[in-house]
Amino acid sequence: MTAATLQGGHVNDGGLDLAAAGSWTAEHARALEPLVDKATHANETVRRIVIDVTRVERLDTYGAWLIERTMRVWISRGVEAEIVGLSDSYGHLFKKVRAGAGKLTPLVRRGNSITATLESVGRTMMAVVADILLFTQMAGSLVVAFLRVVAHPTKFRFTSMVNHLERVGWHAVPIILLITFLIGSILAQQGIFHFRTFGADIYVVDMVGVLVLREVGVLIVCIMVAGRSGSAYTAELGSMKMREEVDALRTMGFDPVEVLILPRIFALIITVPILTFLGSMAALYGGGVVAWLYGGIDPQVFLARLHESISVKSFAVGMIKAPFMAIVIGLVACVEGLQVKGSAESLGAKTTDSVVKSIFLVIVLDGAFAIFFASIGV
Amino acid sequence: MALPPTEAVIKVQDLVVELDTRRVLNGVKLDLLRGEILGFVGASGAGKSVLTRTIIGLLPKREGLIEVLGVDLDKADDREKQAVDRRWGVLFQQGALFSSLSAGKNVEFPIREYLGLSQKLTTEMAISKLEMVGLKPDVYRNFPSELSGGMIKRVALARALALDPEILFLDEPTSGLDPISAGEFDQLILTLQETLGVSIFMVTHDLDSLHRTCDRIAVLGNGKIIEAGTMDQMLGSNHPWLKSYFHGARAHDDWHVPVKG
Repeated sequence: MTAATLQGGHVNDGGLDLAAAGSWTAEHARALEPLVDKATHANETVRRIVIDVTRVERLDTYGAWLIERTMRVWISRGVEAEIVGLSDSYGHLFKKVRAGAGKLTPLVRRGNSITATLESVGRTMMAVVADILLFTQMAGSLVVAFLRVVAHPTKFRFTSMVNHLERVGWHAVPIILLITFLIGSILAQQGIFHFRTFGADIYVVDMVGVLVLREVGVLIVCIMVAGRSGSAYTAELGSMKMREEVDALRTMGFDPVEVLILPRIFALIITVPILTFLGSMAALYGGGVVAWLYGGIDPQVFLARLHESISVKSFAVGMIKAPFMAIVIGLVACVEGLQVKGSAESLGAKTTDSVVKSIFLVIVLDGAFAIFFASIGV
Repeated sequence: MALPPTEAVIKVQDLVVELDTRRVLNGVKLDLLRGEILGFVGASGAGKSVLTRTIIGLLPKREGLIEVLGVDLDKADDREKQAVDRRWGVLFQQGALFSSLSAGKNVEFPIREYLGLSQKLTTEMAISKLEMVGLKPDVYRNFPSELSGGMIKRVALARALALDPEILFLDEPTSGLDPISAGEFDQLILTLQETLGVSIFMVTHDLDSLHRTCDRIAVLGNGKIIEAGTMDQMLGSNHPWLKSYFHGARAHDDWHVPVKG
């Protein structure tokens, strides 16, 4: 296979002969492009040009386009341009390449940078409004689906819910226990480390007890569930949406909210409180172990102090929040899942959105609960 | 490196492929000759896709020889394999366009990776390929999710053609297309064969398409090639499956009249 060449021949009375030779193929396109460009721009004064392709051994669309491109430049300058020595088999190829316009219609640029920025801010705000509407709409559809199921309990997808219970609940138990155990341990260690300065080691039990039961237990569990199960919900529903499975359900007369979403959200509502309970216990256990090994607080002392410092109220505050958090996580995950469009990229983006938004909303909701409980004096 | 005109660009011999423990292909022997369009048919589940995927290296084989463009893919090192990869193009059944890239960027992808041309030439070649498969240049900017099924197939074909391959694998190119688009697609395949001299391996169930485009037809059944030959030979065959395939309810009377010639 010989390298491709383009040799500038003789200039006579304003005419230029160029001779192309070798393999004008994709492999050589990189070397050919500068050659062709040089020949095109070096000879601006010529009035007539002949490109001889007799000695071209192989030609493909790359070679043909490079020749066609230079021809177009010449012709646009008003130069008479001609190709000679083209064999029949390559003639077809040239005709095919020549048939194309070879360029895009230019894009119309809109506005300047200031209006573009304003526009993007406006669009973001509209997206937030649209999100709120979507969540409200989904909450409404859920209530409707729920009432329908209450009226006809046989319609409820019990098997589906049990399946989800296993996946979001049972399978999550080990990792939840491990993480909350570690969080409890860290809280206790930090507490002992700083309280020791004041000789108030024992108060670490109060701190760990109240913090874990009221806030940390439920928050850590919800963040884990949002990352673990919320993302899975979004990805599942999203890929079902992409493959038109959701539309198929709808055409068969089923309500996707009832069939797909209600069992998932029910599974979350049941699971999150249980996981919160298990998580809180594991965190207290972790705190107790660290208090014993690191702070020298005897387990019996720890338990006695815990008994004094916390009440059923602290426990209830944490547990009451759990199902609400579950609804928020489930709603966000399902709404985002149904927003997925055709591309793999949009599935990824929506899954990310789902996790980010549900964690954000869980924390906002926790804040709202804190204000509420403070104002009713619990 | 150019092969003589009648030489086989793909040579498959005694190919055995097993999926799990099920023997899907059992001693397949098949040649694709330079410049021909080979139609490949067989009942659903007979292993057409398995053979195609084995040749292009997506499935492992148990025994046998696969030679593509004179290279034994078993003995070839990574560089030789890659050199073969860029000399074939594959059109997947669903198009398999990268959904995060626009149509034009999909076509540019192999050009950019393999040839390293200037951005200007890369874009121009992508547009030229899009126009070659009968699309408007502005499709370049559309994303796959914005395109119809027929357009996706065309863009996928443009991507398969991006590097001016010598061999083109088409997996059911006309399935899911309306008769007009399917007819246009057949014509397009014929034009490509004529202008680019590309050898085409086409898996299809479309009898019209087989009749209009294929130089030869190979039939797969029971893990072997039952028969290979021209459309006329197929129509004259006494094999019961071939009889029901080519003389069934979907068959036309005028197939004895050659279209190509």
